[in-house]
Amino acid sequence: MFENLSSKLDKAFQTLKGQSKLTELNIAETVKEIRRALVDADVSYKIAKDFTNRIKDKALGGDVLTSVSPGQLMTKIVNDELVELLGGETQPIDLSGNPSVILIAGLQGSGKTTFSGKLVKHLKSKGRNPLLVACDVYRPAAINQIKVLGEQVGVSVFANEDLKDPLAIAKDAIKHAKANNYNVVVVDTAGRLSVDEVMMNEIGNLKSALNPQEILFVVDAMTGQDAVNTAKVFNDKLDFDGVVLTKLDGDTKGGAAISIKAIVNKPIKFVSTGEKMEALDVFHPDRMASRILGMGDIVSFVERAQDTFDKDEAAKLQKKMRKNQFDFDDFLKQLAQIKKMGNIKDLMGMIPGVGKAIKDVDIDDDSFKGIEAIIHSMTSEERQSPQILDGSRKQRIAKGSGTSTTEVNKLVKQFDEMKKMMKQMNSSKGTRAGKMPFKR
Amino acid sequence: MGLLDFFKKKPTTEQKEKLDEGLEKTRSSFINKISKVVVGKSTIDENFLDDLEEILISSDVGVDTTVKIIDRIEARVSKDKYLGETELNTMLKEEIIGLLSENESPIHNQETKPYVIMVVGVNGVGKTTTIGKLSHMFKQQGLKVVIGAADTFRAAAVDQIKIWGDRVGVEVVAKGMNTDPAAVAFEAVKYGSEVEADVVIIDTAGRLHNKVNLMNELSKIKRVMDKQVDGAPHEVLLVLDASTGQNAFEQAKQFTASTEVSALALTKLDGTAKGGVVIGISDQFNIPVKYIGVGEQMNDLQIFDGKNFVNSLFS
Repeated sequence: MFENLSSKLDKAFQTLKGQSKLTELNIAETVKEIRRALVDADVSYKIAKDFTNRIKDKALGGDVLTSVSPGQLMTKIVNDELVELLGGETQPIDLSGNPSVILIAGLQGSGKTTFSGKLVKHLKSKGRNPLLVACDVYRPAAINQIKVLGEQVGVSVFANEDLKDPLAIAKDAIKHAKANNYNVVVVDTAGRLSVDEVMMNEIGNLKSALNPQEILFVVDAMTGQDAVNTAKVFNDKLDFDGVVLTKLDGDTKGGAAISIKAIVNKPIKFVSTGEKMEALDVFHPDRMASRILGMGDIVSFVERAQDTFDKDEAAKLQKKMRKNQFDFDDFLKQLAQIKKMGNIKDLMGMIPGVGKAIKDVDIDDDSFKGIEAIIHSMTSEERQSPQILDGSRKQRIAKGSGTSTTEVNKLVKQFDEMKKMMKQMNSSKGTRAGKMPFKR
Repeated sequence: MGLLDFFKKKPTTEQKEKLDEGLEKTRSSFINKISKVVVGKSTIDENFLDDLEEILISSDVGVDTTVKIIDRIEARVSKDKYLGETELNTMLKEEIIGLLSENESPIHNQETKPYVIMVVGVNGVGKTTTIGKLSHMFKQQGLKVVIGAADTFRAAAVDQIKIWGDRVGVEVVAKGMNTDPAAVAFEAVKYGSEVEADVVIIDTAGRLHNKVNLMNELSKIKRVMDKQVDGAPHEVLLVLDASTGQNAFEQAKQFTASTEVSALALTKLDGTAKGGVVIGISDQFNIPVKYIGVGEQMNDLQIFDGKNFVNSLFS
């Protein structure tokens, strides 16, 4: 029932399948589905409405391209609009000051402190000499938290537990930075609600006193319809320079990103994808749009793959896949390659068309063990020609791998489906990825 | 004086005021919108239902639940019938309360001691703060509370819960950072039994519900407690952030799958977030909302009352 945006959009485009051209009627239907999909992904109701109205106009007014199907045309229109909405070029942060001051703001629990830790680590790796400043004087142990993070990433932390005045602390910190040659000062602040006037004034005062080069608004990617209200109030107060989207490693589609971008028109500068200090990425609007549309984040996937994949092996594998000669030996090799790349489910999600097929599937990193055991228990003949697997062979394999014939059957069946899928992908080359054979 | 008495206790006037205060923003916008919808309309027509849809969806109620509410209203009135603002408000309220109260399960009558509560949720929803406030609430009732600091992962999480422990005067069982959370939970429940505590509350590290390994860890933490006290944990409290959108459904689903969530706490209702997500979750899962958080002070936790909640939205 709770499908993500990609699969919802897929469903929307499904309406257009088999239709030979875009008409007012089928556009209206698709647009309604797209709107629903966007709203389900937490895009603000109003923004989703505006967005789909633009799509409708474009679709109706667009040139009729006879070479593409209505579904493909619609996908392209939506994708282009999404990319435009999410912002064109990736924008770097302003580090021109000496020291440059970066002010971090956001609601409680949005992930400001964790992000601050990641940011100073990132800056340090870029050759900067950052100072992390603890200005959350309210939440219990917030200062300890930042000290621990500072230690983890090897960056100095400026804190004053006896002082309950964030402004005084920040001013001291900048003096300290100047005297000790720190060239970037990252000021972490307490979480605050947009309706809390006292706290909003506090951060307003921090801004006017510190005159930061960069103000970053940190927002939880899982935020719902309220994202527009909060972002607007923070922006009115601070006129921030960029947005940081956190917890994007969850299964939220991050519709809040679209809402915020549309309402305050500020670029998303970083996305945060995990609790480890390395899990910080620069935001790529085009990739995000593709991901939302279910076209897969193929660029990131390829980048990651390039880092780990053995090129020759990959080329060989591809050739075999094209000729439909993919066998269990190749499968085993592929598993080993994939395992080298990291978290399996995240990776699979980047592959076009695969994300939706596995969205409800729990993929444990150990889940390949059983499969590997089964394949290892096959003879090389069996691996190369799986069709010879009969009852007694399967029984032997089950015994050898410590599994059951049911599991062996399941793997063989999955393998067959995979081969079918590859065949489909080959035949539908150049268009959107082939349909996945998944349940229901 | 037992747990039962505590749970039965009605919210004081002061608490009601706080809730009203916290919900003021929510309510005014909700009412404004409803009135705007009603003014100048003599019948329920398609446009009206469209507007209603917008109101509900903008409050994070979610598409499915919104459709359900609209269907129910449609079913109750023939479309051409005149409906005044009051009638409409009443009807909406009834339908929403209906969705909420269908799930209103009775509070457990606990005879075993200690009553063990395990607190779970994604990162940053306010688990630790909720535990601090919850401990204070129980303590005010004269109950003996022990906290288990099983968030051993996030930097300084143990310090944070210890400060809360000191603040409300409750003992905290901790083994430090990066220790085995299941072992901490086990120790805390064990210690709770030894000192004859009435309630043991176990804090856990925030985790995203799509991380299989972390969710398995949570199942393990839950399992070990049963070895110490029969049936523990007696309550698994999932903490949800009111500003979270439709992803809250997925959270409820996944946390229920790994820990059999039995109650919900909704935090940060003092902001502009509408909390409509509760209606949807209450409707789709059979899990009652027990507590709401309306601020960062130790008194800012209240027992959720469906009728009060919806009334506050519409009053």
